[in-house]
Amino acid sequence: MEPISIEGTTKTPTVKFDAGSGKIEIKGRSIPENSIEFYKPLVDWLEEYAKGPLDKTSVNVQLEYFNTSSSKCILDVFKKLEAIHKAKNEVVINWYYEEDDEDMLEAGEDYESIIRVPFKMIEIVE
Amino acid sequence: MSFDVHEYFSKLNGGDVLVAYKGSITTDLINNVLEEIEEKMDGADEQAKIKKKVYNVLVESLQNLYHHIEELPDKLKSDFESKFGILVVSRKGDNYRISTGNFISSEKIKFLKDKIDKINSLSGDELKDMYKFILNHQKLSAKGGGGLGLVDIARKTGNKLEYTFQHYQDDYYFFNLDVYINEEN
Repeated sequence: MEPISIEGTTKTPTVKFDAGSGKIEIKGRSIPENSIEFYKPLVDWLEEYAKGPLDKTSVNVQLEYFNTSSSKCILDVFKKLEAIHKAKNEVVINWYYEEDDEDMLEAGEDYESIIRVPFKMIEIVE
Repeated sequence: MSFDVHEYFSKLNGGDVLVAYKGSITTDLINNVLEEIEEKMDGADEQAKIKKKVYNVLVESLQNLYHHIEELPDKLKSDFESKFGILVVSRKGDNYRISTGNFISSEKIKFLKDKIDKINSLSGDELKDMYKFILNHQKLSAKGGGGLGLVDIARKTGNKLEYTFQHYQDDYYFFNLDVYINEEN
């Protein structure tokens, strides 16, 4: 599978999806007016990857800001990962948040309560 | 007498104003405002936590405007650009206020008013549950809106959403929403 590598902008995150190493990374800001356009190819990629995933997939999500439009798309991404996990493959979602950013920690906990995949909440201390 | 949008806008323009805008709400405008606010808050030596909240709430407020603005019918349109909205971000002591305004047709008022009143009646935990429920059960619209913006704003600020609907002309009203962000929350 072709990896995905997208440079971040002021409104969209840096994305690296690599089937060869089982590493999935979303980092930066996700605040586009219409997030479906941005996330659709990512969700499609994961659907394809789910057909033959590695034994272990590790996911790093490190967002500075995300809007509510993105929050649904991120849930769609996580639902694909949940399906991979359900098929008896190891999946871990590392949810990074900056020191004192309780809103971002809570957002991670919201997902953790909806999605049946192990989450690790990781505080970034400067 | 119909509601005077311009006079209302100038009244909002008091205190320490970071951004005041009236006109078309476009993607470019949103980008410019976000950039400007970020620069101003970085320069103002504000706490990182507050900066983030203001920025987050501003993104939602602007995108709510962008997704929900209604066009006035041609005969009422003369004074206003298309996709007309207002935005004022101001600071008074430790309080930030984000005011937005846009036209709305009378038949949509009840839905919006009920939604805001419902949000205002909920506790922090109930807002969290409402957010998670909508997140998990409601599809995004074609425009990318998800019905989560106001819930998210109320949750992040911990404050009630203050609003008015002022009659403009015929079936059209001007909807104003004031959101407050302060240090304690």
